[in-house]
Amino acid sequence: MSRLLKLNIFRYNPEDELSMPHMQEFVLEETDSMTLFIALNRIREEQDPSLQFDFCCRAGICGSCGMVINGRPGLACHTKTRDLPGEITLLPLPVFKLVGDLSVDTGTWFREMYTKTESWIHTKKIFDPTALEERMDNKDAVAIYELERCVECGCCIAACGTARLREDFLGAASLNRVARFLIDPRDERTEHDYYEIIGNDMGIFGCMGLLACEDVCPKHLPLQNQLGFLRRKMGITSLKRLFRK
Amino acid sequence: MQTVYTDFLVVGAGLAGERAAVEAAEAGFSVVCLSLVPARRSHSSAAQGGMQASLGNSVMGEGDCPDVHFADTVKGSDWGCDQEVARLFADAAPIEMRRLAHWGVPWNRVVPGKSIYYKGGKQYEKVEAKEKEGLIMARSFGGTAKWRTCYTSDGTGHAVMCTMDNRCAEKGVEVHDKTEAIALLQDGETCFGVVARCLRTGELRVYLSKATMIAAGGFGRIYPNTTNAVICDGGAHTMCVNTGVVPMGNMEAVQFHPTGIVPTDILVTEGCRGDGGTLLDVDEKRFMHVYEPEKAELASRDVVSRWMTHHMREGHGVKSPYGEHLWLDIRHLGEEHITGKLREVYEICTSFLGVDPIHQLIPVRPTQHYSMGGVRTNRDGAAYGLKGLFAAGEAACWDMHGFNRLGGNSLAETVVAGGIIGRKVAEYLEGCETEFKTGLINDEVGRQQARIDALISGANGSENVYKVRAAMQEALHKGANIFRTQEGLEKCVAELQEALIRAKKVGLRSNGKGVNPELAAALKLEGQVRLALMVAYGALMRTESRGSHNREDFPARNDRDWLTRTLAYWKKPEDTLPTLEYEPATTVVEIPPGDRGYGHSQIISADDRKE
Ligand SMILES: Cc1cc2nc3c(=O)[nH]c(=O)nc-3n(C[C@H](O)[C@H](O)[C@H](O)COP(=O)(O)OP(=O)(O)OC[C@H]3O[C@@H](n4cnc5c(N)ncnc54)[C@H](O)[C@@H]3O)c2cc1C
Ligand code: SF4
Ligand code: SF4
Ligand code: FES
Repeated sequence: MSRLLKLNIFRYNPEDELSMPHMQEFVLEETDSMTLFIALNRIREEQDPSLQFDFCCRAGICGSCGMVINGRPGLACHTKTRDLPGEITLLPLPVFKLVGDLSVDTGTWFREMYTKTESWIHTKKIFDPTALEERMDNKDAVAIYELERCVECGCCIAACGTARLREDFLGAASLNRVARFLIDPRDERTEHDYYEIIGNDMGIFGCMGLLACEDVCPKHLPLQNQLGFLRRKMGITSLKRLFRK
Repeated sequence: MQTVYTDFLVVGAGLAGERAAVEAAEAGFSVVCLSLVPARRSHSSAAQGGMQASLGNSVMGEGDCPDVHFADTVKGSDWGCDQEVARLFADAAPIEMRRLAHWGVPWNRVVPGKSIYYKGGKQYEKVEAKEKEGLIMARSFGGTAKWRTCYTSDGTGHAVMCTMDNRCAEKGVEVHDKTEAIALLQDGETCFGVVARCLRTGELRVYLSKATMIAAGGFGRIYPNTTNAVICDGGAHTMCVNTGVVPMGNMEAVQFHPTGIVPTDILVTEGCRGDGGTLLDVDEKRFMHVYEPEKAELASRDVVSRWMTHHMREGHGVKSPYGEHLWLDIRHLGEEHITGKLREVYEICTSFLGVDPIHQLIPVRPTQHYSMGGVRTNRDGAAYGLKGLFAAGEAACWDMHGFNRLGGNSLAETVVAGGIIGRKVAEYLEGCETEFKTGLINDEVGRQQARIDALISGANGSENVYKVRAAMQEALHKGANIFRTQEGLEKCVAELQEALIRAKKVGLRSNGKGVNPELAAALKLEGQVRLALMVAYGALMRTESRGSHNREDFPARNDRDWLTRTLAYWKKPEDTLPTLEYEPATTVVEIPPGDRGYGHSQIISADDRKE
């Protein structure tokens, strides 16, 4: 006999004046290889067609489906129900603006982050379509990709104590983004330029280092190493700045 | 109601849309991209394998050049493509890959010296040249004569998407995510924007633009089993179809990928076979080399999918609660390779299947993957039927893929076409004056609001949107799959016509307030069934086999009668079938139709044409 799953799901539709935030219980029969993607879609199609949640790739590669699953931020599409107890509680990610039920607005948050961190290669070189590509060491390419694997799911932000306390904290995903450009030989920004972006309490010095971010990152990004790396770099930069003055 | 004005409106913020957006923004025009999801979640980011460009840096790619890439593409298309477009593409691809490197893509690079690789389960050795050190590396893919597929580990789409979206941020391209275009604003001659629904509040919004581009990706979700994301639902295609004047090209050309995992149809990349993975049957025996001695697992996708289905029909499939499947074996590639170059594959297998591909076989079956058909454009990317309307990427039938696209050629198409067509749009904008006709805009908004109200009040009936959608998907699955027959297709068309009647009678069960997802599904359903009918009816009429389109009752590729592209129109709302017209597949012939070197046995030659 398969289990009957009990799902407690946060419900609130801000566009409906009659809606009040509350938890709603749904019961569903578990099937083979069931993921939360399958479960939530079945609930929507068979029980409550108004239920809001976000999935896109349903394959753990796009980062759409971040939510708090039994107290822990994670990707719903690659969470198998058989790894969970029979009672499952689903909440939207905190920090991000709520759109409705389990759906939050990560797009706006991350777009602001691109602007703050100037998330693009800064170079004076001009592309020459007739020339060979500029060479790069494969090791550098692999190291950059390692940091670029972030899918912007927002789990690390949702799990971060500092981010919950202060709205302007950049968060692990953003600091990781800065590290990605810092190690890219194509980017001509100096450590001082980076210091302007992250050398403060909104950036690297606001981080308490408790590492909830790395624990929940579904892509297993080396956030701990990156935070340490940036703290050392920025620490040295700030000392240099002190002596320069 | 909010109205947004811009020079260039792009429906879609995947690679094709954003690449075109960058081009127009650099030319000084204002650009807004619409997207259902944050840009980086677009399906482009799901592409793992890589993108083709004939850089010829790897020792296995030596001697590669645009001519060879062009020839592979034309053969791959089974001579169904526009050769002029394939030529534009092959020539520009290397420049685009280098440009991407300049913008920040961390391509894997050539590491000089000895290394091993696998082909057909056997181990070989190669030596990369010292003088190529640090140039962009390539891997092998199906249907290509050389190693030509540029890659970033197995997250190529993701890496390129990040770079492109960064570039958009830098150039001030606005991306309005959580926004769904639901209708074109047009007067039967010119397109001047869209009506969209905000997926944060549910409100309608008007976007007015001098040029509008459809870059909304594929429509795989009209099938029940697909590798496509849930947003690849053809919603933007339906806007074009509903105008009555914009035709869809070659809708019957639907690609099935050999290696969707069972049961969820998540894709594991062709790179698995490119890197030396093999397909095994129920007895754990290889079979592809028996059918295709030359290319074996590395024949083109249409061919491999067909032989897999054939082999299962012959009784060699593995039985499972989800139907029959075959095995993909990558165990011999070893742990380092699997957790490095094929890490996404490793994660997909462990997270979704509970299978460890280092030691275990991966259950796979062919599944819907790519839509060669789409909004028909000319070689400048201008859509047929409406001035000011363009299309690019998977949503378009630009037509460099014909009846089968090669792995790695689609991602490359998005940036190459995005670049070329983006420049054409900028030229168009240069001398462009538009009038925005307020009466027309109000009428269209009113029409959309009336549709919404009717769905909410149940004025048309009380059909369940999800049940009708499932009926449409099932009909296509049974009738318009890898192998097709007259009988199956006739039944499919009849079932879809029934679904069309039901789709007109949908009523919501929920209250439809705010971002209501049931409403979003209902708004596009009728259009989706029209798309499905274009696929099935086009397939019924095409009495030959070409690329992915396989008629068991007409096994020959018939160049005498069918060296044509299907144009499917939905001329009047009350029609129950699309209107089909045909045009020559290509007007420029660099390579006359011939044997692909894999797959086909019978060809009815164009020379047999009676004048
Ligand atoms: C799993 C998988 C793996 C693949 N791997 C490879 C590979 O290795 N190599 C290769 O060459 N190809 C690959 N492909 C194919 C390739 O990824 C796609 O064809 C290509 O990325 C499509 O890009 P696009 O820009 O046309 O559309 P997409 O990237 O799909 O973007 C579509 C955009 O349109 C938006 N949109 C859709 N409808 C609307 C609407 N109504 N209103 C507003 N916005 C809308 C979406 O939000 C999205 O932003 C793969 C495909 C899949 C499914
Ligand atoms: S280590 Fe820093 S960034 Fe990570 S969760 Fe803790 S405070 Fe947030
Ligand atoms: S760093 Fe990890 S947890 Fe944070 S957004 Fe990126 S993928 Fe998600
Ligand atoms: S839906 Fe893409 S990561 Fe879950």
